[in-house]
Amino acid sequence: MLDRVLTRHPQVALRPEPFGALAYHYDNRKLIFLRHPDLLTVVQSLDGRRTVAEALDVAGVASSRRPSFLAALQSLLDSEMLGEPALTR
Amino acid sequence: MEEPTASSESIAAIAATSDDEDELIEELLVEEISIDGMCGVY
Amino acid sequence: MNQPSLVDDLKSGLDAPICLTWELTYACNLQCVHCLSSSGRRDPDELTSAEAFGVLDELASMQVFYVNIGGGEPMIRKDFFDIVDHAVERGIGVKFSTNGAYLTPERAQRLAATPYLDVQISLDGLDAATNDPVRGKGSYAIARRAMDNLADAGFGPFKISIVVTRHNVGQLDGFKALADRYGATLRVTRLRPSGRGADSWHELHPTSVQQREIYRWLLEHGADVLTGDSFFHLNALGEQPLPGLNMCGAGRVVCLIDPIGDVYACPFVIHDEFKAGSVRDAGGFSGVWRNSHTFRELRRPQSAGACASCGQFDACQGGCMAAKYFTGLPLDGPDPECVNGHGEPALKVAGPHPIMAVDHSRAVPILLSRR
Repeated sequence: MLDRVLTRHPQVALRPEPFGALAYHYDNRKLIFLRHPDLLTVVQSLDGRRTVAEALDVAGVASSRRPSFLAALQSLLDSEMLGEPALTR
Repeated sequence: MEEPTASSESIAAIAATSDDEDELIEELLVEEISIDGMCGVY
Repeated sequence: MNQPSLVDDLKSGLDAPICLTWELTYACNLQCVHCLSSSGRRDPDELTSAEAFGVLDELASMQVFYVNIGGGEPMIRKDFFDIVDHAVERGIGVKFSTNGAYLTPERAQRLAATPYLDVQISLDGLDAATNDPVRGKGSYAIARRAMDNLADAGFGPFKISIVVTRHNVGQLDGFKALADRYGATLRVTRLRPSGRGADSWHELHPTSVQQREIYRWLLEHGADVLTGDSFFHLNALGEQPLPGLNMCGAGRVVCLIDPIGDVYACPFVIHDEFKAGSVRDAGGFSGVWRNSHTFRELRRPQSAGACASCGQFDACQGGCMAAKYFTGLPLDGPDPECVNGHGEPALKVAGPHPIMAVDHSRAVPILLSRR
C-alpha cells in the first residue's frame, strides 16, 4: 500500500467539513465521511504522482496513526473513491 | 455484491501491534453512509 | 479515544447540505388527498428560469452534491429540462419525483440520455381501486405507463415511492414484487399530517396494529428498501433498530427550497414556524443555510422534554416534528403515533392544529371515495 501511487476517481466530489470531509461518488452514488482533516489532506495529496507514503508525509501523519490511515485508504479504494491513475496523463 | 443501502459501514482499524515504542492510535477514519431513505430525498 | 459519532457530526450541521429538496412548482395535474405541499395551482411568484439557474449556480459553489426535484408536478414547468441540464452541467446530480403524467416515451429517452439523473414515480396502491381514491382517477394507470416508458427507454433502475396508509399496508409485499419486476428500488415513506394531509390524516394514517406490521416488514426488507429514516419513531417497538440513519435531517443534512424560493427545514413543514429564509434574501441560499435562526435552533442538541420519563427516547427520538406540529402537539413531547401509546392522551388535550397558510389547492377537491 505504502508504495502505491493513487488518485481520486474523476467522478468523486470532495467537500471539506469541520470534522474532515464528505466524499460523493457520482457514478456509484456512494457517500463517505472522512472523519479527520488529516485524512482529507492525505486524499488531496494523492494526485496520481505521489505514493501513499509521500502523501502521509505531506499530511504529517505520525507513525502511530498510519495503520488506521492505511485501513482508511484501503476502504476508499474498495468504494472506488480512489484508484490507479490513468495510464495516459 | 449488494451493499445494504441504509446501514453505515464501519471500517475496522488495523489491530494494534507495534514494533516501535509508540502506542498505536486506532481511529475510525472512513464511514460510508446512505441518506437515500431520508425524507425529501428522491 | 472520544470521537463523536457520525450522527452527532451530522446533527450539528454541515457547511452545506448533502442534498436538498427543491419543489419547482406548486402547479400539479393531480390533487392527491394527502399532498404535503397542498399543490394544484401555480404560484404567481414562482422563481423564474434565471432565478432557478442562479440557485443552481450557488448550490454548485457550495458543492451541494445533488438536488431532489419535486413539486407539485415538476415536469409541468416549461423549463424543466433546462433546469435539469443546467444542474448536470454544474456538476450537481439530479433526482426527481414525478406522478408520471408528462413522462412520455420521448421524454423517457431524453432522461435516459442524461447523466447523473435518477427518477422516482409516486404510487400509493397496487391497483386503481387502492391508489386512485388517494391520488385521483386515472393516476394509477398514469404511473404504470410512466414506468413502462422508462423501462422501454432503457432508463435503468428507477424508484417507486409509496406513502404508507391504512389502505395499502397489506400491499407492501406486492409493492416490493412490482419494484422487482421493473428492476426498480422501492421507497416506503411515512404519511405526515402536512398540507392536505392534515385533513385526511385521521382516516389514512396506519393504526397502531398496522404500525407493528410495518416495523416487522421493514426489519425483514429494509435493507433492500429505502425508508428507515422516515420511520424511526417505530424503533421503540423493538431491540433492533430499523436499517438507516434513523435521524431527522431537516435543517442539518437537507432542507427544502419551495417554488417561490422560500427555504424550510423540510418538505413536511411548509409553515412560518419552520421557515428559515428565502433564496431571494441578500445572503442567498448559503446565508440562510449557515446563519438562519431556524436552522441554528435545529442544530442544537435536542432534549427529551416530556419524553424523558419514557426510556425509549434514544430509540425513537420523540418521532417526527412535522407529525407533532400539524396535529397540534408540542415539539418536546410524544409523536402522535408514539408506539408506546403516549400520543393518544396528548392528542386529546391538544389545541387546534396549525394550518399551512400556503395553500395552492385547486378549488374543486377530489374527495376520498370508498368502494
